[in-house]
Amino acid sequence: MIAVYSRKLLGRVGRVSRIVLEGVPPTGRKLVYVGLAIVLVIVFMAIAAPIIAPHSPTAPSGRPLEPPSREHPFGTDRLGRDVFSRIVYGSRTVLWVVAVAVIISSSIGIPMGLISGYYGGVVDRVLSMIMDAVYAFPSLVLAIALAAALGPRPENAAVAIAVVYIPTYFRMVRGQVLQLRETPFLEAARVLGIPSTRIMRRHLLPHLLPTIMVVFSLSAADAVLTEAALSFLGLAVRPPTPDWGFDLYSAKGFARSAPLLIAIPGFMITVLALGLALIGEGLSERVRRTR
Amino acid sequence: MGLLRYIALRASLIIPSVLILYTIAFIVLRVLPGNPVLAVLGTKNIPEEQLQAIMEELGLNKPLYVQYFEYLWNVLQGDFGTSLIIRGRSISADLADRLPATVELAVAGMFVSLLLGITTGLVAGLKKDTKIDISLRVYGAITYTIFIPWFGLILQLLFALWLGLLPVSGRIDPGTALEEVTGFYLLDSLITRNKEAFIDALSHLVLPALTLGIVLSGPYTRLLRNNLVVALESNYVMAYRARGVRNYRITWHAFRNAIIPVVTYAGLQFALLLGGAVLTETTFDWPGIGTYLVEKIQYRDYPAIQAVVVVFAFAVGVVSLIVDIIYALIDPRVRY
Repeated sequence: MIAVYSRKLLGRVGRVSRIVLEGVPPTGRKLVYVGLAIVLVIVFMAIAAPIIAPHSPTAPSGRPLEPPSREHPFGTDRLGRDVFSRIVYGSRTVLWVVAVAVIISSSIGIPMGLISGYYGGVVDRVLSMIMDAVYAFPSLVLAIALAAALGPRPENAAVAIAVVYIPTYFRMVRGQVLQLRETPFLEAARVLGIPSTRIMRRHLLPHLLPTIMVVFSLSAADAVLTEAALSFLGLAVRPPTPDWGFDLYSAKGFARSAPLLIAIPGFMITVLALGLALIGEGLSERVRRTR
Repeated sequence: MGLLRYIALRASLIIPSVLILYTIAFIVLRVLPGNPVLAVLGTKNIPEEQLQAIMEELGLNKPLYVQYFEYLWNVLQGDFGTSLIIRGRSISADLADRLPATVELAVAGMFVSLLLGITTGLVAGLKKDTKIDISLRVYGAITYTIFIPWFGLILQLLFALWLGLLPVSGRIDPGTALEEVTGFYLLDSLITRNKEAFIDALSHLVLPALTLGIVLSGPYTRLLRNNLVVALESNYVMAYRARGVRNYRITWHAFRNAIIPVVTYAGLQFALLLGGAVLTETTFDWPGIGTYLVEKIQYRDYPAIQAVVVVFAFAVGVVSLIVDIIYALIDPRVRY
């Protein structure tokens, strides 16, 4: 059973990655692979956290603000907790929030964009106006207001980030659908009497896939920074949950005595965002070319 | 006359987008938390009459649609109501206090990012496919993903704590005397001819402006470089070269064409600039709207948070209007 399913899943992943990578020039592919490598290392770190981390991320395992040693590779924080272990476990929080946020916003934004672009009319105009207004607004400030209203929990942060990125997916999908709507193959599909939902799913969606993957990874990169910002402002997690953004904030007053406490969490945030952005950058070289 | 009509028409388009954002802010901050007063007071048990009195005073016991229109009417008159925490404190006065600091930071940040972005983009475009070009493109890609508070704290550590060249945080040294005229410290110190205060305010501004400016400069680098490469390969440049026009003049012509999309982008970037300013302000304890927002969030002062959202929405609308007008003025293809 499991073998059949996993083969099916692998087949699907293979097919999707073939469509997405097709026509991406070698320089773009290189960027994609570097980005993927970075992201996979961090994902692995999150999965294998209990094996990698030498100490508990939440319980003190030394004196406060110890310098780096064999026991504590990055030293300890103000409460005597092992910084290395907190960084390792912190990856779980970011990845979880970002994954949930990106999945929610794409699964709302993509169908809305498809329907809005395909049918047009009044609904399309009203939706576009709302989406444009939200899109133009500082996304971070909107996420802050939402997260503040919902309260500091990871799932609320994910919802806040998701709402902010819906317009990004909506606008991209809608724009592409408007272009594709006039193409002969779609007209042929309509003439053949294929139901609209099937046209959207089987004819439009595969064409959008490469662009969707670009937006997917770029918005994920952005979402990493937004999650870190929310958590830096105390809006994503409650202590003692390990989280890079919040750990950076907690270290703010100890910059002189323990510079590593600042350097490492922020570095991890930037590297994760960079990895995701590189995937998007690489994939977009194909998109740019075909236009 | 044509231009004035264009401006009026374009200005009327701001109204729906600001209204949409106002509505969203209203739903998010008035409806989602349930009863804001209880949300603020938490689990504390307070007598029912006292709760009713506070609700009455803040107008929270009226139906939601009445609150919606009443608040909108007040906002249009520049009145954002009073704080939920410090009762009777006018939010408009607070915002007016904080706004100059944010504008000062945003303008300085924008200046730095345009200066850096345009220079690097110009160099990369002219030196296409050389090592300089590649390293500048990497610069453009990496700066975009830098986490602002981290970068700010690192700069602070380097230049303020270790080297001691610049002040750590704040907007001006508490010991420095400055007579406030406009609230913009740099401007005030110039008006009052206070050299000491000018240098002090400027040195406080350097690190936050650099943080914000460097992080936001990447997209300009990329945009200008790509446009310049296209422009330098175009037919009109070839025609200039055939006629023996000097190199610097050709560059100037290509640059002028390549810079137009950068202007539009600078307007779009304004939203990012405001978001970045919130983080920069928190990092450097800069007393602007951003730190105000963060303070108010800690106390769950919903009317104040809502006011910040509405002010930002309005600011974004106005800036996009200004960009459109500049665009219409510099690009002869835009008809109005």
